[in-house]
Amino acid sequence: MTEIVMDQTPPILQGPSDKERKYDRQLRLWAASGQAALESANILLVNSGAGTVGVETLKNLILPGIGRFVIHDNALVDEADLGVNFFLDDSCYGKPRAQCLASLLGELNPEVDGDWSPKTKNDTLGSLLKKSPLFTAIMYTYPINHVELESLEQYSKEHKTPLIAIHSTGFYSYFTIRLPGTFPIVDTHPDETATTDLRLLSPWPELVEFAKTMTKDIDSLDNFEHGHLPYVVILLHYLDKWKATHNGTYPSTYKEKTEFRQLVRDAARTDNPEGGEENFDEAAAAVLKTVAPFSLPSGLKEVFEYEHKGPIQERSTFWIIADAVKAFYTNHGSLPLPGNVPDMKAQSKVYVQLQNIYKAKARKDAAEVLQTAQAIAGTGRKVDPAEVDLFCKNAAFVKLINVEGGGDTAPLGSKERLQQVLRQEMANDQVAEMTLQPMSLFPTYLALRGLAHCGNASSDKTQIVEAVKSLLSDNLSSEEYGDLNEKLGNVAEDLARAEYGELHNISALTGGMVAQEMIKIITKQYIPIDNTCVFDGIRSRTQVFHV
Amino acid sequence: MSSPEVLPDSEAKRWKYLNNVRTRPGAFVDPEEFDGSTVVENMNKIKILQVILSTGSTPSVCVYQPIQAEADTFSRVIGAGGLGCEILKNLALSGFKDISVIDMDTIDISNLNRQFLFRHADVGKFKAEVAAKFVERRVKGVKITPYNCKIQDFDEDFYQQFQIVVCGLDSIEARRWINATLVNMANCENPDSMKPLIDGGTEGFKGQARVILPTMGSCIECQLDMHAPRAAVPLCTLASIPRQPEHCIEWAHVIAWDKEKPFPQLDKDDPEHITWLYQKALERAKEFNISGITYSLTQGVVKNIIPAIAATNSVIAAACCNEALKIASSCAPFLGTPGEGEPNYMMYSGNDSIYTYTFKHEQKEDCPVCGMTARVLKVNPKWTLEELIESFATLPEAQLKKPSVRAEGKTLYMQLPPNLEEQTRPNLEKTLEQLGLTEGTELAVTDPAFVGVVFNFSLKFA
Repeated sequence: MTEIVMDQTPPILQGPSDKERKYDRQLRLWAASGQAALESANILLVNSGAGTVGVETLKNLILPGIGRFVIHDNALVDEADLGVNFFLDDSCYGKPRAQCLASLLGELNPEVDGDWSPKTKNDTLGSLLKKSPLFTAIMYTYPINHVELESLEQYSKEHKTPLIAIHSTGFYSYFTIRLPGTFPIVDTHPDETATTDLRLLSPWPELVEFAKTMTKDIDSLDNFEHGHLPYVVILLHYLDKWKATHNGTYPSTYKEKTEFRQLVRDAARTDNPEGGEENFDEAAAAVLKTVAPFSLPSGLKEVFEYEHKGPIQERSTFWIIADAVKAFYTNHGSLPLPGNVPDMKAQSKVYVQLQNIYKAKARKDAAEVLQTAQAIAGTGRKVDPAEVDLFCKNAAFVKLINVEGGGDTAPLGSKERLQQVLRQEMANDQVAEMTLQPMSLFPTYLALRGLAHCGNASSDKTQIVEAVKSLLSDNLSSEEYGDLNEKLGNVAEDLARAEYGELHNISALTGGMVAQEMIKIITKQYIPIDNTCVFDGIRSRTQVFHV
Repeated sequence: MSSPEVLPDSEAKRWKYLNNVRTRPGAFVDPEEFDGSTVVENMNKIKILQVILSTGSTPSVCVYQPIQAEADTFSRVIGAGGLGCEILKNLALSGFKDISVIDMDTIDISNLNRQFLFRHADVGKFKAEVAAKFVERRVKGVKITPYNCKIQDFDEDFYQQFQIVVCGLDSIEARRWINATLVNMANCENPDSMKPLIDGGTEGFKGQARVILPTMGSCIECQLDMHAPRAAVPLCTLASIPRQPEHCIEWAHVIAWDKEKPFPQLDKDDPEHITWLYQKALERAKEFNISGITYSLTQGVVKNIIPAIAATNSVIAAACCNEALKIASSCAPFLGTPGEGEPNYMMYSGNDSIYTYTFKHEQKEDCPVCGMTARVLKVNPKWTLEELIESFATLPEAQLKKPSVRAEGKTLYMQLPPNLEEQTRPNLEKTLEQLGLTEGTELAVTDPAFVGVVFNFSLKFA
């Protein structure tokens, strides 16, 4: 993942530390930088109801080593808690639930600090929020009371804190992540296969020279040399030949590409024991993917076209660097070269040379971007070269989360937005029915919202459905309701049997997903959901909505 | 050692949330077909088996190939173990009262970032025992019986006593073994002999949960082509043209170690051994100007380490136990319900947003374990028997490492016992043609890893 510099320090004879060994399996996913971010995180859980889903989420955050957690929970432990929550035992009966949870969760990882509230009658959520060190993220579970919810929303707005709502009842759950403004991710960890950017159609002088030298007398190369030509060099050579016989153009249509591919295949020598050449096989296999003109990836396009509201000084360095990359793109018509070369059959020496050519160009491009970024930032602000490098390596895969749609799209979190998504989902369902695809889980989401609106353990199917209707307001036609009614009715009926209680498995599953998302947000690696995930435990499926 | 029983009305209060759901039909079960009043009593009687690590050895991979995500997110089955703690907690809180756990593994410090029933002080102890004690103490009224053994140490009689089997195994071989055992046991005349098998596996942010009803639907063997073994790095790359740090590490692991034998036996968990390999790999990398060798990478390549986190394990283990609860109580439709289009397999991916793909994997008629017909095998009649036998190891739909072969009553080659092996060894050099095999000949193949299973193939000459 992170490149080690050539002149590395001598090997550590005693191996990794205890902490590195403990966290080994997760460090392979988010490296030391991600781990450092986790260890600086301070997480608040406002717990309520059956109180399990938030606790399972915390378990999955404490184990990998967040810095600190606080549980705010007004309940005292009762018998029913012991049949659903793993982090309570018989000795907790009658005690403050927050205290017992903090204790038993704390055991999971001695390196994590834990605290709980309320400790006295005067401790409110409001007072907790005031006196606590800044929270990195806050999660709360339903049935949270509306006064507490308001304090959280206030805090989140003021401090720009990610706020996560979680609801788990019976076989269903959802969670929603509310982020403070647009959230860019640079380190998206794209699939290995997707990241190859060889620039075969726009090679730079050093690469051209290298390829020309290797293939100067290609036909008179001995079998060993011929059979170890890196496929990058093979493709460059034959692309040149194609250009010469096609008015200086590259293969562009599918037909032309397959023709070109055959040309490459035919160039392989067959008078050898293997009956072919592996490097030419690799070259042919790479044609369709690498002989493709550049097109600006949609994620990056969104970044380039983003309309800022405030002045440059208020923007994070992400946006400064993005502007610099945009300038690079405008000047050169291409993005900074990421610089990685996939493995391919070649002599070691040759491969390393090729790698170095790509790395040199990547470094040169990144240096240019750094210079531009520093100019944009001005003298008062330092741009970190490492941040520039990361952006340049990942430019094609950068993603923006939590962007307001603008135009006709209603604001996120609004009633109108709910209606818009509902209409879209019902329309999708009509197609899905015909193509035997699964149905939308939006009615499930609405039913849970309706249940929370009723706020009552004894809410029955009818009450839940009525609550959903009032949430949506009367903008929907009775025809549209007709479609929704049946689907909603089934979920509401199944939901009602749970009497607002949690099933451990559903809460554990949801707790896994929520923790995973919080880790992505804290480490700023991998791509978070945008913004609501619903789980249906009857059919074992999820669906993500942008509400 | 089982914990004190919970008193009856305390029991009802304690399991209120669970009982509200499992004793009521909900919207998707026919109320006429459902008797909520017997659910608790029935579930209390169920013996459920949880199988975790079984072989104590990582799957044998010739040469390390870096984990490459495939274009299709969902095409591969994955299976690091480590789900044991989550599964045990979930089963105990799902109303199962009699849980048995088979797990041969001992606790390692690298488990502590997700296997939450274990503490630093437990390192070195047997997982099954520690886990059982912990959960029995925490959840009253549940009896948990640990077995620190391999699944292969037990026979059909042992497995007959259970009603459901949940797997969080670490290898394909182990999964195939338990699958073959359960399929062989299933007898349509005795419904009790059909034990639902629920299987889960994770890798990083991805995982899958599947339900197998032996003989009634797709089984692990039917799904074997979803476990396509990774292509090995060619030996010549390791020996003469390394380009990646992994090539240098594997060279040290396979070639240098063999030649220099610094220690009598390679212990992949010994930091001293890994350090030796690390330093050797560094030297080689220096020779070829390759950068990127780290201790961590060395360990990863040699042990074939799969990244793992608590969050994904939480998701997959819970998905499995959710199905177990539904199967045991019948209070809602479950994965693997027999029927047209009924899904039996959920794939989960969490690195880029959250995606699940829940679908039906169809049973294969020519499945060597649960199918009725022989599987077609494309062969070259000019192959020697030895070449055919070697091909079974890499063939995606066979993956047999030590196969013995008979053809229509005639024994062609037996790996065991030694005298039979000696007797049949001359056949290895003969071609299939010379051995009298023709188009359509049926082969019966067995492998010591799968006792009691006969893999039937029908030859097709290509």
